[in-house]
Amino acid sequence: MKQLFPIRHVMGYVFSLILSVVALAVIVWDMSFTTAITILLICAAIQAAVQLFMFMHIDEDKSNKASNYTNIAYALFVGLVTIFGTLFTMIWGYL
Amino acid sequence: MKWDEFFVTGEPMIYGAMASIVLVSLAILVGLTYFKKWGYLWREWLTTVDHKKIGIMYILSALVMLFRGGVDALMMRTQLAGPDMKFLDAQHYNEVFTTHGIIMILFMAMPFIIGLMNVVIPLQIGARDVAFPRLNAVSFWLFFSGAMLFNISFVIGGSPDAGWTAYFPLASLELSPTVGNNFYSIALQIAGIGTLMTGVNFIVTILKMRAPGMKLMRMPMFTWSVLITCVIIVFAFPVLTVALALMMFDRMFGAQFFTMANGGMDMLWANLFWVWGHPEVYIVVLPAFGIYSEIISTFSRKNLYGYKSMVISMVAISLLSFLVWAHHFYTMGHGAMVNGFFSVTTMAIAIPTGVKIFNWLFTLHKGRIQFTTPMLYSLAFIPIFTIGGVTGVMLAMASADYQYHNTMFLVAHFHYVLIPGTVFAVIAGMYYWFPKLFGFRLNERLGKLAFWLIAICFNVTFLPLFFLGLKGMTRRMYTYSASTGFGPLNLLATIGSIGLAIGFAVLVYSIYWSFRYEPRDTTSDPWDARTLEWATHSPVPEYNFAVTPNVKSLDAFWFWKKDKQPLFEDKIEEIHMPNNNGQPFVLGVIFFFFGFFMIFSWWTPAIISGIAIVVMLAVRSFERDHGRHISVKEINKTEQQLRGDKA
Repeated sequence: MKQLFPIRHVMGYVFSLILSVVALAVIVWDMSFTTAITILLICAAIQAAVQLFMFMHIDEDKSNKASNYTNIAYALFVGLVTIFGTLFTMIWGYL
Repeated sequence: MKWDEFFVTGEPMIYGAMASIVLVSLAILVGLTYFKKWGYLWREWLTTVDHKKIGIMYILSALVMLFRGGVDALMMRTQLAGPDMKFLDAQHYNEVFTTHGIIMILFMAMPFIIGLMNVVIPLQIGARDVAFPRLNAVSFWLFFSGAMLFNISFVIGGSPDAGWTAYFPLASLELSPTVGNNFYSIALQIAGIGTLMTGVNFIVTILKMRAPGMKLMRMPMFTWSVLITCVIIVFAFPVLTVALALMMFDRMFGAQFFTMANGGMDMLWANLFWVWGHPEVYIVVLPAFGIYSEIISTFSRKNLYGYKSMVISMVAISLLSFLVWAHHFYTMGHGAMVNGFFSVTTMAIAIPTGVKIFNWLFTLHKGRIQFTTPMLYSLAFIPIFTIGGVTGVMLAMASADYQYHNTMFLVAHFHYVLIPGTVFAVIAGMYYWFPKLFGFRLNERLGKLAFWLIAICFNVTFLPLFFLGLKGMTRRMYTYSASTGFGPLNLLATIGSIGLAIGFAVLVYSIYWSFRYEPRDTTSDPWDARTLEWATHSPVPEYNFAVTPNVKSLDAFWFWKKDKQPLFEDKIEEIHMPNNNGQPFVLGVIFFFFGFFMIFSWWTPAIISGIAIVVMLAVRSFERDHGRHISVKEINKTEQQLRGDKA
């Protein structure tokens, strides 16, 4: 029975709910811009980890470790390049 | 909405097109009924999950789209043949160059490449099918419905007319109020989802389904190039998905992402478009490099020179391809820092590409070269592509680019890259792998005739455009006066384009001729090739390999032939195969109507078809389909038949 119960999915679901409430609190309590964005960024990072470990089980299959983490690294690279590259070309580049 | 707004009116050529669409559709319906082929079509093609048949359907669609895009090109060249021509008006010309660009890149080059991937990859890695056969069928039908949706735009509603890049603010609702650019955002979105799923599917296939013993560094070069291409697809296409979605919100729901007022940023579209658009160039060109590597090594009778450096340079290209996008809009007006940065990265990407060129040259060096049709295309590719590459480095210099930007020089450059880099490759690949699919080669005499026509006329068409660009003729201008002096070179280019059209006509005729008269191949390895796809019968049985090969080296099939290195050691066992299914086709049809209603903002039917899509997905989640098994007896029978044994 222990193997059958999807404990990680349930935990992931609970974490997601908590994170959503925290994100909503930022709006409800009317925080300063810096505090709000800091909280949101930390939440986003935790949410990404929840997604990868709780729902997608990235650490489950040991034989695929290398390709899984290479893909994540590649995704991070492309994501960061897109975000900071866009800021660089569209805003900072004019300074 | 009135009928004359729904259908495109007032243009005799469009009426002709409408009539021919109706007649051809009727002819197909009548023909299918008369020859009683409806059942065959449904069982063998529309419901298939077999990677080879899906590949053939991709390639057929690509050839049809090549015709459509080619007609667009000929119309443009006719309009530009002389000064002050009245063949097309400005609006019609805008629509034609827009659809030419989108169709050639997204509905011709991509499906042709993906078709060859489908046909070849599972065979090259010794697999029975792709990792997710049903998903593969969904990919195809989504691509197909997207392509059809885009193609009906020229008779219903009007085509997009803001260029294939659809730059804002021109493509905004304010300046392009017709549904044309809605076709752009929705049709590309649907086809893009299909491509994204193909990317996922082939990454998993290549990483998980290789035959025992085939380590990553023993994979054929085409498989390597497809793996890297699919990684780029998976990371680049989401950017397009998001950009198209934002465009849709802007045009249909009054959002202000790319508008000029209310905090919108029009150049952000160009930015996001090229964040996807530049990797897209490598998505169509890297598999082509893989095809050339296979062909050059086969017909030089040598293994590929610098296998490792080929792989490393492709990985380098895949990373660098995400770092160069701003070179498409140097003239936007950002500072020297931005332009300098992107100049350097753009020039850097020429290095790994140059490494590959030298690897091919060294593979040819001291090889016993056979001048077959696929080899001719590969040999022509090297010098022509190098011209494209060198002019690319010229364009990469930001300060010089202010002169070249959006002139015919640019048009000539990217045709010099994409036609040898992709079109030559897919034609060469089609000639090379055709006997594997159909059991006979395409006729060599006709093939070589088509090759010389295409290769020579390509240069006659596009070389003059470099000089026109340097003289100041801009891209996308629909007419010019005699005093500009653009006339003679434009006429030369138009003559070349007619020759190019004749070349493609010969190519199509050679396919027809070979189906009827070409002698059938009995060896299953007509080119004396090196990779695993040639180790099974031609045409390939549905299970690909009766026995899974055990790979012991790079080019294992070659060493099996020459050194008697063992390859098929296991006994024939029962084979587990996926079942055919009609759901992917139905899903494609629903997506077509969903997209159509969205484009015209007919919300009620759009919501209904949207719900239908969700229902289809839910049905699939609860379905249990464990596939079927082919018995040993049946396999033995098929094998005997394909070997030609008298049972």
